Amino acid sequence: MTEQLLSVLGADGAVKRKNRPSLTDEDLLLLHRIMVRTRALDERAMLLQRQGRIGFYVPSFGEEAAYVGSALALDGNDWISQSYRQPGVALLRGITAETMLDNCFGNADDIAKGRQMPVHYSFRKANMLSISSPIGTQIVHATGIAQAMKIRGDGGVCLTYFGDGGTSANDFHTGLNFAGAWKSPCIFACINNQWAISCPLERQTGSKTIAEKSAAYGMPGVLVDGNDVLAVYEATRKAVARARDGDGPTLLEFLSFRMGPHSSSDDPSRYRPGELEAEWKKKDPIKRFEAFLTKESLLDKEQIEAIHAEAEAEMSEAAKVSEKKPAPTIDSLFDDVYADMPPHLADQREELRGEGSDHRQDADAAFPL
Amino acid sequence: MSTMTVLQAVTAALEEEMARDDDVVLLGEDIGINGGVFRATDGLAKRFGDDRVIDTPLAESGIVGTAVGMALYGLRPVPEIQFSDFIFPAFDQIVSEMAKMRYRSGGEFACPMVIRTPYGGGIRGGHYHSQSPEAYFAHTPGLVVVVPATPEDTKGLLKSCIRGDDPVIFLEPKRIYRTVKGEVPDDPEFLVPVGKARTARGGDDVTVVAWGAMVHTCLEAAQLAEKQGIEVEVIDVRTILPLDEEALLSSARKTGKVVVAMEATRTCGVASEVSAIIAEKAIDSLQAPIVRITGYDTPFPYTLEHVYMPSAHRVMAGIKKVVEFDF
Repeated sequence: MTEQLLSVLGADGAVKRKNRPSLTDEDLLLLHRIMVRTRALDERAMLLQRQGRIGFYVPSFGEEAAYVGSALALDGNDWISQSYRQPGVALLRGITAETMLDNCFGNADDIAKGRQMPVHYSFRKANMLSISSPIGTQIVHATGIAQAMKIRGDGGVCLTYFGDGGTSANDFHTGLNFAGAWKSPCIFACINNQWAISCPLERQTGSKTIAEKSAAYGMPGVLVDGNDVLAVYEATRKAVARARDGDGPTLLEFLSFRMGPHSSSDDPSRYRPGELEAEWKKKDPIKRFEAFLTKESLLDKEQIEAIHAEAEAEMSEAAKVSEKKPAPTIDSLFDDVYADMPPHLADQREELRGEGSDHRQDADAAFPL
Repeated sequence: MSTMTVLQAVTAALEEEMARDDDVVLLGEDIGINGGVFRATDGLAKRFGDDRVIDTPLAESGIVGTAVGMALYGLRPVPEIQFSDFIFPAFDQIVSEMAKMRYRSGGEFACPMVIRTPYGGGIRGGHYHSQSPEAYFAHTPGLVVVVPATPEDTKGLLKSCIRGDDPVIFLEPKRIYRTVKGEVPDDPEFLVPVGKARTARGGDDVTVVAWGAMVHTCLEAAQLAEKQGIEVEVIDVRTILPLDEEALLSSARKTGKVVVAMEATRTCGVASEVSAIIAEKAIDSLQAPIVRITGYDTPFPYTLEHVYMPSAHRVMAGIKKVVEFDF
């Protein structure tokens, strides 16, 4: 399980194995639509960043199958503790592109009230945790959430996403160790895109695979073709069932490739050969799934093109709407530090109010975006 | 009322809050069958079960990190860090996650949890069982930092913190765990408000500000001063973040002479913040420079800990300095 790549779809979209997951046509089309919408969102947001309209972005090109396929294997009541590179999970859970772009613009409608960089979402109504930048911190939260579910007897599970880079962080060890000791209903989903910014996988670990690290924590590990949405779904479904049955956590490794830069601030041509990107472009998870859907006669070429065009129009429209919204109020700077505002913060709010417009003009000039 | 030690007050607060609310869970190293290395959780695993008094693997970042997850889901975890000197592996979880969760999620998520940890010197513990790390946490927006000095406050404040909606660093002065006894109300609804200082002793001549075990050292110093005809007011701040500025300023305005005493190292310590607040807002009342009596800017020593830690005589020297100051 930890050395042989679990794969269902062939490169040409043919189903290689008999263990094709029992997904309805509706679900198969949903998977496809979410992957396409996510790609369109990433493309639109990168464009917005290049045009100087948003300050920063983290694209997820090439990893769509890994997070969309796994998220579909959860129930709505299950929680997700994610990193910053799984935007399609929110789309799958019913969050609109406009809400996500409100975060990227940091506008008044942003759930986080403009307090975080783009892509640091928080979606309470979708049971998706607030995202932070330090790597791997969310892994150990997932163990705590899963254990809380077990203590309360709610029957839920918690799935956490992290990258190959995250497996070097101390919270990876701690999160898996605690979950192994407690048998928490937790799924550790590593999307191995093979790059921690410029550091390739072989310089991150002496292990043959990430999945094999599971052995040290007394849990099963499964190495999955992360560009194969059906394999991802099936492996996650089994891990979820196992957790729900009280048999404890699983480590899933979705082997994929970060087709784009780490972030809008990164230039991969400094550290990896273009041929490698070209090679992985041929393994694009969306194209691969589309070959399957075509083969199965669920979609034809025209329908696929229409879905892409519709997604691009959706993202363009959402960006237009989000961009027009005003910035958060200046007073909101002081809200939500505590449940109730303590006197010293109220004093500081008054201090800022008293500084008047000169200071605000300085502040506006400092950040032309 | 019952007479109890600071340590017994901790146990009583935990037991009452666990009985009141099933969502209150404890987690930490050796806190279950062993009852904690100081016995603060003695008997609680037996009463409430392993699911609510959780013995964890040995990793502070895991104790705090999993507690953050539990709090996010809706529980009210009370993690114990065995000694505050071991809290630093959890610093990222405390500062980057627990403290910022409410703010960064626009109020969608919060971490109502209380990290209890014994702190301070005086038990011959060397570098790693003696330090006073309150300033690190007081520098972090989103945290509440509480330090009780009496059994009554220990119980009342800990219960308030567990019921509160903000993440708390609850520093327990271990030097006085068993040496300070006092009357504590038995009423399970007895609470002491967070963010309010206490006048441990009234006086008109000099204000001495302290917290934790140092309050008792300062009360001793006040007795020494009394013999010399100096009436000292001792303010026990109780909550370091947010500070009760009104209490500090009103005493400083009354006496015009201020000494701030703490065990922690001096530079950028909480004593400096207290001094700055008084200097900024009550300079017109001051009749002498504010004096800080603190631990030295060295790592905490083993053999010479009694030299390092402020004694009643060192606090008394500070009192004399402000009394004898002449412009």
